[in-house]
Amino acid sequence: MSTPAVRDPATAGATAVSPGGDGRGGDDGRERLGWGQRAILWLPVGVLAIFFLVPFGLMLATSFYVRVEGGFYEPGFVFDSWSRLFSDVYIGRTLFSLRLCLLVALLTTAVAFPFTWFLTRMRARWQVPLLVLVLGALTLSEVIVAFSWDLILGRATGITNIAVWLGLMSEPEAFTPGFWSVVAGLAYTAFPYAVLTLFPSLDRVDRELTEAAETLGATPRRTFTTVVVPLCRQALVAAFLLVFVFTLGSNIIAQVLGRPQHWTLAVVISDQATMSANVPFAAAIAMFVTLISLVVVGVVSFAGSRSWVGRDDGDDVVAGAV
Amino acid sequence: MRALRAAVVTFVVVFLTAPLLVVLMASFNRERYLDFPVEDYSTQWYSNLVTDGQWRSAVDNSLLIGLASATLAVLIALPLAYAVHTYRPRLSPVLFGLGVLPFMLPPVISAVGMLVFWNRVGHVGKIENVIVAHGVFFSTVPLITITLGLQAIDPAVGEAATTLGAAPRQRFRTVTLPLLLPSIVTGFVAAFVLSLNEYIIAFMVAGFSVETLPIKIFNSLRYGFTPTIAAVSVVFTLLSIVALGALARFGGLERLLGADLSDR
Repeated sequence: MSTPAVRDPATAGATAVSPGGDGRGGDDGRERLGWGQRAILWLPVGVLAIFFLVPFGLMLATSFYVRVEGGFYEPGFVFDSWSRLFSDVYIGRTLFSLRLCLLVALLTTAVAFPFTWFLTRMRARWQVPLLVLVLGALTLSEVIVAFSWDLILGRATGITNIAVWLGLMSEPEAFTPGFWSVVAGLAYTAFPYAVLTLFPSLDRVDRELTEAAETLGATPRRTFTTVVVPLCRQALVAAFLLVFVFTLGSNIIAQVLGRPQHWTLAVVISDQATMSANVPFAAAIAMFVTLISLVVVGVVSFAGSRSWVGRDDGDDVVAGAV
Repeated sequence: MRALRAAVVTFVVVFLTAPLLVVLMASFNRERYLDFPVEDYSTQWYSNLVTDGQWRSAVDNSLLIGLASATLAVLIALPLAYAVHTYRPRLSPVLFGLGVLPFMLPPVISAVGMLVFWNRVGHVGKIENVIVAHGVFFSTVPLITITLGLQAIDPAVGEAATTLGAAPRQRFRTVTLPLLLPSIVTGFVAAFVLSLNEYIIAFMVAGFSVETLPIKIFNSLRYGFTPTIAAVSVVFTLLSIVALGALARFGGLERLLGADLSDR
């Protein structure tokens, strides 16, 4: 995550010249804000508070509400939804979701890391179209991704028809719905996010470092594993965890490409909120998923705040490579 | 390493384009069911898209929601990014975090929150509910591009304007805003494209009365595959790629990615 630099010499200069007409002043640079400036700051914050924090609070409250037969709910304070969440069925669903997301995160970062590295070292002529392809995949609706993988892996339209046409198989076969088609779909939607997370760090690895390692006799592969990977270890961890959170929230893929036993918690949330019309239970699972995500996001921010690719420690890394 | 590079890049390109190619083939196939190889081509599914009123209204809904929510996202992000950057209030990390948090959490969380919120307000199933939900959820994107843009502006430029007698408001309008425009446009386009393609929030907030394109696609999938779905997917993918290609030409793409442009 990028945090904003909250330092602007321009304002400090402004106070020196403008004769304090707008309520600015003070040498510590942290000025008392005028009404207009407060409005500029607090209006957007107010909008976010009303339309994000308030709904979030309502959701937490709703998870304790009483469900009424017929799809409604009324205020109350019961633990029905939460105790149901910790029943065997949903603990099993949670464990399945976590395992599936770990697998997808592992596969995705394992491919995205070397790919992004090669991408950052390419000429613009190759780099721009590849970036557009990656971002194009990013903007694809999950619905379209699920639909296209369904076409690819299905019996009527899928790749096995090509194998039959080539004489490699006697009959087309369907891979969807199935576990591995869910993995493929999730990896497809997560891959661009992994590339975007890795890109800035890998892009900033100083060319001199890798050149130095190679001048000192390290092969490109050795340079990659002993210079690039250690320098970008934190970005790698961040990408892994972001993909993990992202797939945990993925909703459509598992619904279209999997059977009910392949549903993740996110699918259960939307299913409970709409089809099963049990909003309190949906709210409880949503809070639970938020908790898992927040822990992971917290770890990412912590790792991200320290992921500097410093020139200072570069020399040691190069020395270690050779 | 060179062989590895070729292998990895080829694999990724095939992996990312294969679904698109299959959808493309299905969209031009005359038959309802796709046999390989395609023998008979037709553009009837594309004309379906224009003539069928249901698809038309889904496209209209999606475009309206996309434009309005991207505008709202920028209206939230621009003052917040500017105020946090310029006034550096004591709470800036918290305020910036509030702008980033909705997007960091899975969209299904925002979806449930918004569902509960509009139920409580008693304003259910309206298109403006989706616009607000998307505007808040995607405001993170322009918030990040605009913050990066503000950081890239040389402070000396603003100082010069002030020295020459510009009031803060005038300085913002004549110096900061023009310099910030690429970042604003980048954030707007990205939020627009993401909103066009978003499913779960739109579905849970107003999916039963306001059918957006992803919702329409998903609903049609339930009743079985029609090549019209493939045609609409192709059109939307092209739209996204054109928007991003424009950003790449415009120079905002690397900025969006947070690449360090100073050493180029």
